[in-house]
Amino acid sequence: MQHYITRYVHIDGRAIYVDGTLLYGGETTDAEFLTEAYKGMGLDYPKFYKMDPLSRLAILATEALLRGRRLTQEYKPEDVAVIISCAHSSLDTDLRYQQSMATAPSPSLFVYTLPNVMIGEICIRQGIKGENTCFVSDSFDPDFQADYVNGLLTGNRAEVCISGRADYLRGEMNAFFMLVEKIPASLGEYNSQTTKQLYERQWKN
Amino acid sequence: MQTLKGQIVEQLNLQHIKPEDIGDDQPLFIEGLGLDSIDALELIVLLQQKYGIKLANPSEGPTVFKTVRSIAEYITAHKAA
Repeated sequence: MQHYITRYVHIDGRAIYVDGTLLYGGETTDAEFLTEAYKGMGLDYPKFYKMDPLSRLAILATEALLRGRRLTQEYKPEDVAVIISCAHSSLDTDLRYQQSMATAPSPSLFVYTLPNVMIGEICIRQGIKGENTCFVSDSFDPDFQADYVNGLLTGNRAEVCISGRADYLRGEMNAFFMLVEKIPASLGEYNSQTTKQLYERQWKN
Repeated sequence: MQTLKGQIVEQLNLQHIKPEDIGDDQPLFIEGLGLDSIDALELIVLLQQKYGIKLANPSEGPTVFKTVRSIAEYITAHKAA
C-alpha cells in the first residue's frame, strides 16, 4: 500500500516554508524568532508562551503544516499519529533547568525536560489521540522513519501521520514536518527517497 | 499590588497579558486567568524567591492563590510576622 506526502514544512530559524514556498520570513533569530513567527502567523494560543523553544518550534511547524485544516474533523482523533525525531532531545531546556537549580528549580522548566513533550503539546493543541513517538538520533534517518510510519499506516494503526524532525539547541533550530496520508498527492509517494529529497532540498536553498 | 502583578506575569510567562489587565479580585485559576497546577508551583517559587515566604501548609494554596489580592494579603501578613 502506498502513502503520500500531502504537505511539508521547513523551519530554519529565519523562515517558515510550506511545500518549498515561503510562508513567513522573520527579522529575528534564535528563540525570539519563534515568538515573532507566532505573532506573524496570527496564532492565538496563549499557552505557546509557556512552552520551551523545542515545543514552540514543533507547534509552529504543525500550525504551518495544517494551515486551513483540522485533522480531527477529517479523521478520528485516534487515527492521527505523530512521529517525530530530534538530535538534542530536550537538552536546551535541561541545561536551563539545571541553571535554575542554583536558586529555585523551576517547575515550568522541569515539565519540558523530555523531548516527547513537544508531541504532547501538538496533540493537546490539535486534539490528536493517536500513536505518537519521539526518536532521538544524531542525524535524520529517513529510512528508519519511513519504515516506521508506513508500518503504522499499512497496519491501519493510523490513517494519517505527522512525521518529521524538530531540533533546538541554544538558538540553533530546524524543523521538517510532513503530512502523510493515504490519498494520492502531487508531492509524491512517502518513502525514504522522497523524504531525503524534500529534506535536503530546503537546506540547499 | 501592581508590582506583584508584574512579578506574576514575568514568573508565569504570561507574555500575552499586561499586568494592569489583571483585576485585583479576578480569579487566577480555571475561569479567570486560566492558570494550572504548574503555575501554582511557580507562584510558590515566586513567594520564596521574591519575598522569602514559604507556604507552610500546601492545602492553603487554593485560598492564598485565589486572586492577586489574596496573595498580596498573604505576603503582607507573613512578611510582618
